[in-house]
Amino acid sequence: MDNAYDGLTDAGEEKHWAFGTGFTAALAGVDRAIPDADRDSLTAYCLMLGDDALIYSQRLAEWCSRAPELEEDVALANIALDLLGQARLLLSRAAEIEGVGRDEDALAYLRDEREFRNVRLAEIDCGPGPGGDFGTTIARLLIFSTWRLAVFQRLVTSADPVLAAVAAKGIKELAYHRDHAAQWVLRLAGGTEYSRERIVAGLDRVWAFTEELFATHRVEAALPGIAVDPASARAEFDQVIDTVLNAAGLDRPQVKQVAALAGQAGRDGVHTAAMGFLLAELQHIARSMPGARW
Amino acid sequence: MDLERQFEQTVAADHRVEPRDWMPDGYRATLIRQIAQHAHSEIIGMQPEGNWISRAPSLRRKAVLLAKVQDEAGHGLYLYAAAETLGADRAELTEKLIEGRQKYSSIFNYPTLTYADVGVIGWLVDGAAICNQVPLCRTSYGPYARAMIRVCKEESFHQRQGYELLMTMMSGTRQQREMVQDSVNRWWWPSLMMFGPSDAESSNTEQSMVWRIKRHTNDELRQRFVDMSVPQAEKLGVTLPDPALVWNPDRGHHDFGEIDWTEFWQVVKGEGPCNAERIAHRRKAHEDGAWVREAATAYARKKEQAA
Ligand SMILES: [Fe+2]
Ligand SMILES: [Fe+2]
Repeated sequence: MDNAYDGLTDAGEEKHWAFGTGFTAALAGVDRAIPDADRDSLTAYCLMLGDDALIYSQRLAEWCSRAPELEEDVALANIALDLLGQARLLLSRAAEIEGVGRDEDALAYLRDEREFRNVRLAEIDCGPGPGGDFGTTIARLLIFSTWRLAVFQRLVTSADPVLAAVAAKGIKELAYHRDHAAQWVLRLAGGTEYSRERIVAGLDRVWAFTEELFATHRVEAALPGIAVDPASARAEFDQVIDTVLNAAGLDRPQVKQVAALAGQAGRDGVHTAAMGFLLAELQHIARSMPGARW
Repeated sequence: MDLERQFEQTVAADHRVEPRDWMPDGYRATLIRQIAQHAHSEIIGMQPEGNWISRAPSLRRKAVLLAKVQDEAGHGLYLYAAAETLGADRAELTEKLIEGRQKYSSIFNYPTLTYADVGVIGWLVDGAAICNQVPLCRTSYGPYARAMIRVCKEESFHQRQGYELLMTMMSGTRQQREMVQDSVNRWWWPSLMMFGPSDAESSNTEQSMVWRIKRHTNDELRQRFVDMSVPQAEKLGVTLPDPALVWNPDRGHHDFGEIDWTEFWQVVKGEGPCNAERIAHRRKAHEDGAWVREAATAYARKKEQAA
């Protein structure tokens, strides 16, 4: 041994050995120049992509210590960590562009529900809580990662160098997430009769939130060359999903879509009932101890 | 007889015993029990801190905590794999855990009451685990020793993260400093209990030392942990809750007070604050996931038949 604590004594000197100082470590060397565009729109766009990742990561992390198998516990935590990493880069970029002195934590912990811009697919309860199960969880992972990957593949050429770098890093992660989900869709569809029912039910549940993913938002329309129009990712999404469903011997879900409210949905801060509870949990400690240092 | 002498020589010479080598039944049974308990501890140990992932007060802390709890699942996996090299079956070991027939570290039967507990668990609980586990990197059974090397690297990372959280909190508000002290007050004694009963009471130690499964006695390791923790507590600015804790220049060690052995045995026997809750959580995850595991098995079988 034999000193198990060797190296601990200098902990005070290296304050940030754990995960670096945040975005600078992950995107070291990337040009952080802010492109010539409407600042409000650019900030909002970074929040949209960042909130999708943050809120979905929060949901996935709920599986920690509850997965069907230890290997799956590790895999879902990995995916949640990847998305949390993406969220931090994007919220930090939003804060930087906004330029009023907020940081990733101020944006994550001190905004109210109506200010969050994530799609509703990210926030709904798909299990392990009462809102779903492993089948629904896998169905959402397939839909979400297929969509986000298709968007990120188009974002790598963004005129915002930071968004382009986040996308380049993210597509490797998202390709793994999508593959992980697709493998499970095959297993569940081809496993037992019961597991097949569960994945079909899961796909039906989350499919109701797909139209929202491809609706062009005015923020995206205001940022040509910087933002990706999600409508442009629809054909690729459809093709990938059809390939997976075909291989699994499943039909594409035929379900009614969950409508927007007067044309507004998650991107405009119009969320489902689950969102307030999710934020209450996420923000509770940070908000109840103002001035605290973490 | 030759085989037995060969085994004894291997062990006495500090060489590793490997899965295909001959070994006494008692050695195998002792190892399976110890490794399984260790694996169960990693898995049950995910719960007290996992409980705080959704509420972690900064995104960096959330990432650190999620990564840590995920590591513990990985530790469980390495250890179950090591137990399987001895002929144990992971599914059976899991059954034993959720039926209460095999134990796990009692420390995880204590509740986490505030976010400071995340830091204190990293500092003291992972710290005590390191003291116990670093010598196991040289334990006589090869697969166990190799698993422990990977585990120990990550545990020391956990410990540093925990200590760093506490340092940050101590530089924050008065409320935060009080949270840290309160947490230290609650976790100090249970951490000392992690080293097990005193040497006089420890039934398994002697044989395990001969077999080089264990390399230090419980009391030696406990003393080492106390000696290491005192300066760290000072640097942090917290008081360890033991009025009898004092440096003894003659011994070259700290003297410390007597552990509440009644509480120790009570928690070991299943009557700690969280024993029932921890097992119920594990059981629920296992039962809720049964259909998924069945589906994966059925799918793999169909694939095999088709090939
Ligand atoms: Fe561990
Ligand atoms: Fe640990």
